[in-house]
Amino acid sequence: MKTKRAMILVSADSESIRLGANELLENLKEALDAYGLQDEVDIATIVDTGRSNILPIVVVYPEAAIYGPVKPGDARYLVEEHLYKGRIAEDLLAPPKELTGQIGSLRAHKGYNPAEQRIVLERAGRIDPENIEEAITHNGYEALGKTLAEMTPEQVIEVVEKSGLQGRGGAGFLTGRKWKFVRAAAGEKKYVICNADESEPGTFKDRIVLEGDPHVILEAMAIAGYAVGADEGYIYIRGEYGLAYRRLQHAIEQAEEYGVLGRNIFNTDFNFHIHLHAGAGAYVCGEETALIESIEGKRGVPRSRPPYPVTHGLWNKPTTVNNVETLANIPAIIRNGAEWYRSFGTPSSPGTKVYTIMGNVNFSGVIEVPMGITLREVINIYAKGMKPGSVLKLAQTGGSSGSIIPAALQDVPMDFESFRKAGVSLGSGALLICDQNTCIVDLVKVLLQFFRFESCGKCTPCRIGTQRAYEIVERISQGEGKISDLDTLINLAVEMERASNCGLGQTAAVPIRDMLKHFRTEVEAHIQTGTCPTGICEMMTKEVEPI
Amino acid sequence: MNTLIIEHDIQEVVQHAIEKHGKTPDALIPILSEVNHVLGYIPAEAMREVKKQVHNSAEGLFVAESQLYGIASFYDMLSTQPRGRHVIKFCENAPCHVVGGKAIWDTLRENLGLENGETTPDNKWTLVTTSCIGLCSVGPVLLVDDDMYGNVTTDQIPEILGRYE
Repeated sequence: MKTKRAMILVSADSESIRLGANELLENLKEALDAYGLQDEVDIATIVDTGRSNILPIVVVYPEAAIYGPVKPGDARYLVEEHLYKGRIAEDLLAPPKELTGQIGSLRAHKGYNPAEQRIVLERAGRIDPENIEEAITHNGYEALGKTLAEMTPEQVIEVVEKSGLQGRGGAGFLTGRKWKFVRAAAGEKKYVICNADESEPGTFKDRIVLEGDPHVILEAMAIAGYAVGADEGYIYIRGEYGLAYRRLQHAIEQAEEYGVLGRNIFNTDFNFHIHLHAGAGAYVCGEETALIESIEGKRGVPRSRPPYPVTHGLWNKPTTVNNVETLANIPAIIRNGAEWYRSFGTPSSPGTKVYTIMGNVNFSGVIEVPMGITLREVINIYAKGMKPGSVLKLAQTGGSSGSIIPAALQDVPMDFESFRKAGVSLGSGALLICDQNTCIVDLVKVLLQFFRFESCGKCTPCRIGTQRAYEIVERISQGEGKISDLDTLINLAVEMERASNCGLGQTAAVPIRDMLKHFRTEVEAHIQTGTCPTGICEMMTKEVEPI
Repeated sequence: MNTLIIEHDIQEVVQHAIEKHGKTPDALIPILSEVNHVLGYIPAEAMREVKKQVHNSAEGLFVAESQLYGIASFYDMLSTQPRGRHVIKFCENAPCHVVGGKAIWDTLRENLGLENGETTPDNKWTLVTTSCIGLCSVGPVLLVDDDMYGNVTTDQIPEILGRYE
């Protein structure tokens, strides 16, 4: 069996098929045969590529050249140019994608260039986070005052529900609906928990919120408490975030002193107390039931669900657990209304998203932009392009709840619905941009090392599955893999997804699947030739020739 | 016995932590974190002491030593073993990895003569890997005790290590 040196992907959604994708696929196969390339080039289909105006699309790896629209009659020419002669068929290349309308209409915030839309990070970096008066002069606690003076709990929930705000921790559940469940749950005592256990590799958006504007979280938690009927809240902050812990501690003291937290808030009969609780270093505590176990003074081991925290949460009482970024949207939504919030982002994913950008790009850091902009826009505009000499190979969207996105999908709008359709996940909003010198096997090995280290050990599929998967990928990275390993990996992925108790084991399968779905050729090269195409993996055979 | 322990009376350290965090189940992890911070690790004696001072069956508050050991061995920031005077934590996750993390890790190992989890014979250094610490825009990242270093290059390593006694 020969090593595959290239891979062709043909879009095969219903629209592409209507425009001749099936015939195109057949013609490409025939052309490969005609040039004797059938053993060297893999060909497969993909679905939604996010470029509905240039279908059908053909993507050729490893160059990640995107062609479109490609007519069935172009197949032979494309194969001859790109795969036989080895040069890009410039005239068939897809035009660069136009900017999403959302970005075009943004007005640059003073000091931020290019323009952002800051809702979550509105005050972060603009006020002294250790001075409550600065927060108050910039609308701080205005929404809480409005809530207590003018709104019933049901009205608060209705506004949040109408705004369409979805949980920003990765799962994307409707925040208003979660609050409604907790409000409706039986029992007098209820809790609000802010999940600040931000541990997804590459994610530090919540840290920026907590360090830059701790009061927005306190205000949002008090509003949540009023809405669901809770008088007590916990902020579970990861132990590593020392500065954010100290700022929150200080902010809580100041807020109590100013009467916007604690007893009789704004001289009403509403009381709300916030406890600050530091974790001690465990990724799995970001899972809400593990987080609750951890507050209760136990190992951070996820509970079996159902029952869910909305009815049986902290100390078995109804509890809403919300991510920092989610909560930080609340005061602005209350102040400006649901309609205002829906004017940002896409109809199915309203609002903004805070992304952290890093990797082989010119600018690393944090941005807040409307939902639905594309990876290409993030890289070209906000990250100021790839580093000199770097070409985008893939992006990784967060430690576990994200995906490995090949360059071919860089034009998919980044919102919950479009990503779901394209079979990828937005995750926590970390965008790790990787260039051509990133080896997929090496990267997945690093990801699996993370999962096997952080698996809590409660359930077998995750505990053993992450370990075995790591061992196999490590072996492949050393040039000792077998082709049958790939089937074993897929079987492991299936079982981990099916049988793991919580999201950790389920999503540990994602990098395995993504690797074999988008980069199988590169993995097979490790196995069949014992060499790493990018020269990153250290092979046991020591006969690596530079490529 | 670790030198730090001689300087501190374990009973006092535990008592102080309990006064600060209270005698409730949700105080257990903060108490152990505090003990770990002062002593550098959580000796078995400290767990016995926490149990002795917090457990109160009359009040319905049950704490077992096994539970405390369960916590201490589960969380990454807690240690049941003595560590060196300075602990170096190196981020081994993907964001640091793709911007040159491996070369930093190799340099650290060579300079210290340590593998992951080991402590130097003179008890000065302990070298461990850690999961992401949220400083990803300045990778590769390492922590020495509570000091953060970002955008680390291999030739900075000797200079960074030289700052610690």
